Amino acid sequence: MRRAPLPPDALDAVDRKILNALQDGFPIAPHPFAVAAEQLGLEEKDLIARIRHLRELGAITRFGPFFDAAAMGGAFCLCAMEVPEAEFERVMTLVNAHPEVAHNYERTHRLNMWFVLAAETLEGITQSADAIERETGMCVHRFPKLEEFFIGFRVPA
Amino acid sequence: MTIDAIDRRIIAATQAGLPVTAEPYVEIAGQLGLDVEVLMARMRAMQERGVIRRIALAPNHYALGMTANGMSVWDVQDDRATELGAQVGALDFVSHCYLRPRAEGWPYNLFAMVHGSSRDEVEAKRAVISDLLGPACRAKDILYSTRILKKTGLRIRGEG
Repeated sequence: MRRAPLPPDALDAVDRKILNALQDGFPIAPHPFAVAAEQLGLEEKDLIARIRHLRELGAITRFGPFFDAAAMGGAFCLCAMEVPEAEFERVMTLVNAHPEVAHNYERTHRLNMWFVLAAETLEGITQSADAIERETGMCVHRFPKLEEFFIGFRVPA
Repeated sequence: MTIDAIDRRIIAATQAGLPVTAEPYVEIAGQLGLDVEVLMARMRAMQERGVIRRIALAPNHYALGMTANGMSVWDVQDDRATELGAQVGALDFVSHCYLRPRAEGWPYNLFAMVHGSSRDEVEAKRAVISDLLGPACRAKDILYSTRILKKTGLRIRGEG
């Protein structure tokens, strides 16, 4: 995934209108681009070409359904560890080797390694976290979600 | 919130995204051997049940200049946490918002991921959250990510 900003002239006003409008939703219909294009004052084929172009530019990370991971079955848990600087690379290698570790970030805090465990079951989470503790000799703090709030996040384009 | 075997196959076929072609649902239905009306009805039903949160385009926030992000954490009075967490999640610069258990040496129960074009902007947005929480918030911090150590997508299999 592209992590650097696009040059300021990479997108025109129509591109920005598409990015702003379609992050709020996309229709379920036999010709959904025709429905979306009409609302944007565009032709179906132009909207399709624009979205393909935006995808090639790296301006889009995903286009399609966003699923509730928990509804799909499975268990998740945010975990954190306090890893001494000198041991960071060694611990990172041990942690990342677990397929249950979905993503892992270094962060600015005493708890400096934060990762998400994803497994089929809650027991799978416990087993992975316990195994990481045994392998590293360090505590894996577990922060399972108790409540998730509806998100109003928008990326202004 | 349960899904059956057909829903599961639909999820597996669409979790990487929809084809950007004139008839994306017709194409997916063809792959799965389903009637397109059945596919669309099931996707609408999953959306109503919350299995599909939304069907949309996700802009790459890095490409659009939102390159700074921080995990803001807050110690919010328990009896106000649900109400205030909902208000924080609704802010347009917060991409994830959860209540989580506190731990020893970790007094924070509300986690909100804040995005902006610079750390200064993230700090300004963090101040907005701080004002919103008011005296119900007893302690706060923010953790910036300095390195991605691993990133893989969450995937389910089509069978089972």
